[in-house]
Amino acid sequence: MKYTSLKKLRVIISIVFFVLITLVFIDYRNILPEEFVSGVLYLQFIPSLLKFINLLSVSVVGFIVVLILTFFFGRIYCSSICPLGVFMDVISFISRKLKKKKKRFRYKEPQNILRYFLLAVTVIFFTAGSIYFILLLDPYSNFGRLITYFVSPVIILINNGVAGILGNFNVYAVFPVEIQNVRFELWIYPMLFLILITWMSFTDGRLFCNTICPVGTLLGLLSKFSLFKIRFDKENCTLCGRCTKVCKSDCLDFKEQIIDYSRCVECFNCLPVCTSNAIQYTYKKTGDHNSGDTKIKVNNLPDDYDKNKRKFLTFLLSVFAGSAIGSIKQDTQEEYKDSTVPEEKEFPVTPPGSLSIRNFTYNCTACSLCVSACPSDVLQPSFNEYGLSGMMQPHMDYHTGYCNFECTRCSEVCPTGAILPVPEDEKKRIQMGIAKFVKENCIVHTEKTDCGACSEHCPTKAVKMVPYEGDLLIPEVTDDICVGCGACEFACPTTPFKAIYIDGHSIHEIAKEPEEEELEKPVDEDDFPF
Amino acid sequence: MKRREFVKKSVGAGFVAGTALAFGSINNLFGKVPLPYSPADLIAVKGGNPGQMFDRGIEALGGIEKFVKPNQTVVVKPNIGWDRSPEQAANTNPHLLTRIIEHCLKAGAKEVRVFDHTCDVWTKTYKNSGIEKAVKDAGGKIVPGNTEGYYHEVDIPKGVKLTSARVHKLILESDVFINVPVLKHHSSSRLTISMKNLMGVVWDRRFWHRNNLHQCIADYATYERKPDLNIVDAYNVMMRNGPQGVSVSDIVNMKTQILTTDIVAADAAATRFFGSNPADVLYIRKANEMGVGEIDLEKLSIKRIMI
Repeated sequence: MKYTSLKKLRVIISIVFFVLITLVFIDYRNILPEEFVSGVLYLQFIPSLLKFINLLSVSVVGFIVVLILTFFFGRIYCSSICPLGVFMDVISFISRKLKKKKKRFRYKEPQNILRYFLLAVTVIFFTAGSIYFILLLDPYSNFGRLITYFVSPVIILINNGVAGILGNFNVYAVFPVEIQNVRFELWIYPMLFLILITWMSFTDGRLFCNTICPVGTLLGLLSKFSLFKIRFDKENCTLCGRCTKVCKSDCLDFKEQIIDYSRCVECFNCLPVCTSNAIQYTYKKTGDHNSGDTKIKVNNLPDDYDKNKRKFLTFLLSVFAGSAIGSIKQDTQEEYKDSTVPEEKEFPVTPPGSLSIRNFTYNCTACSLCVSACPSDVLQPSFNEYGLSGMMQPHMDYHTGYCNFECTRCSEVCPTGAILPVPEDEKKRIQMGIAKFVKENCIVHTEKTDCGACSEHCPTKAVKMVPYEGDLLIPEVTDDICVGCGACEFACPTTPFKAIYIDGHSIHEIAKEPEEEELEKPVDEDDFPF
Repeated sequence: MKRREFVKKSVGAGFVAGTALAFGSINNLFGKVPLPYSPADLIAVKGGNPGQMFDRGIEALGGIEKFVKPNQTVVVKPNIGWDRSPEQAANTNPHLLTRIIEHCLKAGAKEVRVFDHTCDVWTKTYKNSGIEKAVKDAGGKIVPGNTEGYYHEVDIPKGVKLTSARVHKLILESDVFINVPVLKHHSSSRLTISMKNLMGVVWDRRFWHRNNLHQCIADYATYERKPDLNIVDAYNVMMRNGPQGVSVSDIVNMKTQILTTDIVAADAAATRFFGSNPADVLYIRKANEMGVGEIDLEKLSIKRIMI
């Protein structure tokens, strides 16, 4: 039957997207080329929309393709392209396998108030300049976080286990990778989200997509007018109810022969189960509008969302209060005394290509792709570096790594335009912040010994060693050639406070080229100096 | 005679079985003895490309066969610290490594391994330094150095500040250890040569920086698993802005190479190329005072080769 193959096709496309996107997020060895990554993510609705707004470029029209697809064929995006949707199908599938009594869906009324409320809040917040609800609710970004936070570390652990075994036999094709900076307080939202969608999809298929997901709700508004639709043939229908039982969106009522198109995700499950050819996927017929109740109800918005926001912020604050986790390993043979002056960072550092904190936090959905892609591990999810509303948006964490001078990986993979693509030469001049030197913490000053780790790691020699007491050399920062890469901060060996650290720029600047002086040659080049 | 052989063998067997990790390899026992047949303490070569200079230099030392016996494993430790191109001379010259590996394999080495505990991301430095490709093409094996699990704790009994360190297993396991630093200006230690290059075989370098860098460099040089041969790459020399360099204007094409078993002598000789007095580089002086090697070039027999 043709509908069997249509459903199979849907399943195959879903699996392909799901696998490819997952691969993109667990590519800890940076094997996948940049074109592949952007190709795979091209159709992701929210990132594409944001990048379009950001760049106003016709090269980023993935979301328009999705809108067109939706107009013609319905919510194909939700069914096959959205990785979170496919993930929920997997859970739903498992739930059907696990339950002894076979899982049966039934028609339910839509949660209109909730879904349109969430869509409206998301849109209103975004137009008012906050990406907050997109960050919290966008299905692609949530999926990205689930993979980055929970799946990648497991894959890396397995990788490291294999690497450890092979290493014993002197085989190094698989090598261990460090799992950086696991901050459990950052797990709270993704964990709650995972529990929520697992529970929703375990009990009721695509309930999330039709009550919470703003992308689903938005596309649902359009899919009511799709040209191709699943339609009842009332004459053929025997009211057997098979179609309703397999409808994972709970949007198909066989008794009334109604399909709520705003919730139908075009999974085609209902088509092959119909034995009497009473349900078909066909081109628009005139005068056939049996869409469900889809009136937008947003009248009671203002008081409600304020309350919600406040509630959420209180929740976050309470989370923050209990988040002081971490221990510092002490070396026993050390005589070194702790540094005393705390680092005073006015601004966090945003990645090169993000232009400014404002631009970055306005466009970043915290999908965490750059976090998994960063070869230096310097990009880490933030907790309250940007304020709690920017939670999980990445920042440059110079205690876990530093920005490789030659590297532009994050700007290549960022799907939203929060980090814009920059040519390598330009990137080397982007000043994300400036190094601040704290003499009171510096080894050279406190221990009276040479150190220079900061200057050693500085790619532009903005941190230079200059004469100090006796034969000692001490760091000095030349601000205008500093790019704020954080190599000095990372390399600085003082604890608990660094003697040199980067204070971010709220708006990125351009650093000067280091000056080239004529080199004096100290020895006779044509003879041995001994 | 038989009794002596028996003692030698059983000591060797116990060594391998019980304390391989702590003491390195059996080669250690004999490797430390200065070569009595060595024609010179230090070979200095000038004028060719890195490969040619090595050919001539090692020939003057009696050939690589003096160091590498058939079926032995060799670890070569270049400087691959920075994500810089070969022209920038922040890392050891890849052509030199090619020749070293070829010589080792020709002498019958079972395996030649190359690694460094890099500063920049190791996958990038290995690739962009040209060293990964050079090693693979020459038939050597490139090994990652940026994983804590590969490092094993060893005692450094003669150390003043650095009394123990975690050392890469290849240094402890391999039969022959060849140290191939590149000569550079260095913002921390003034100059980086052979001894400073060994900072790349240990795990925790911040400790060194916190606890008197020069002393720690000298301390580690006293560790018993010393390089069997030091080859200082001074083909392109970074005269300032080291150890990374800002541009190629920091480089002088010096076309020189130094080969010696004495790590202090290697550094002392190389220091002269900067017009500096070896005793002014604190770690070289300290290492000499701790009896690691000879700082006074007058006391060494030096063979100079001009190509």
